[in-house]
Amino acid sequence: MAESKDGGLVFKPMDQFKVDSLFGDGPIGMFTITNVTLWMALAVIAIVLVMVVGARGRNIVPSRSQSIAEMIYGFVHNMVRDVAGKDALPYFPYIMTLFLFILFANFLGLIPGSFTTTSHIAVTAVMAVAVFLTVTIVGFVKNGTAFLSLFWVSSAPLALRPILAVIEVISYFVRPVSHSIRLAGNVMAGHAVIKVFAAFAAGGIIAVPAILGITAMYGLEVLVSAIQAYVFTILTCVYLKDALHPHH
Amino acid sequence: MEGNVAEMGQFIGAGLAAIGSGAAAIGVGNVAGNFLAGALRNPSAAGGQTATLFIGIAFAEALGIFAFLVSLLLMFAV
Repeated sequence: MAESKDGGLVFKPMDQFKVDSLFGDGPIGMFTITNVTLWMALAVIAIVLVMVVGARGRNIVPSRSQSIAEMIYGFVHNMVRDVAGKDALPYFPYIMTLFLFILFANFLGLIPGSFTTTSHIAVTAVMAVAVFLTVTIVGFVKNGTAFLSLFWVSSAPLALRPILAVIEVISYFVRPVSHSIRLAGNVMAGHAVIKVFAAFAAGGIIAVPAILGITAMYGLEVLVSAIQAYVFTILTCVYLKDALHPHH
Repeated sequence: MEGNVAEMGQFIGAGLAAIGSGAAAIGVGNVAGNFLAGALRNPSAAGGQTATLFIGIAFAEALGIFAFLVSLLLMFAV
């Protein structure tokens, strides 16, 4: 947030989302190591530290780190069972993976100066499309063509059913779009707002309310990080329930 | 007064798209307020419905995020 040549403040709230190559200045290709790669790897390392190393003791009376791991595990396990049903429990590892990765990537992104990988639609779209493909394949494997009854609302009057079928098909295919943009948009919006406040913090007397604003937004962002990880996984559970029990 | 009309339209459009974020705020407030009203009438049933609450909030919020995205696209991508 430096001052420009003619004295005015320069707002560059989106610069924090720039993808840069870590080694060298070459063009960014598919296998270039970028800061996105680095922070995704750090998220995985953090998950391993908490879930594997932290819970290694397997004590009856858990230590602090072990009880954190157990709480996260129990939380996601209960979510899958309550929302998607008991027969969705074979898919629990996948949902647990999604939840942990999003949660840790969001929280790591809150460290000042770090890079938020989940603010990129490219990252979240991969996860959302993976969920979409998984759910569609599971639906067809488990139910065969009966899965298509998801689009045929048998509880509605017969005349309305074709119209509803069109709407259901559209809303089914919009799922990966809204699923990915919800997470990326929420995270990106919060971080951009913090940067906008940070630009005001350089402006003399305005700095006091600006820093208060940063503090408040940061608190909100911690909340949003956890809630968006929760929302992403709970929507995965809802989609999975639709795939396992397509009948309305 | 000279200027780029297309750029002006871009910024006006971005501002108009930001109205959608406010509309989404109304929607999310509606969901949460109605949940609270129901939860206070029947507190024992409220605990089991938090998942539904968050799903409702997520769906209402998605459209606001779409508006935000349109505004961002107009500002930086077009």
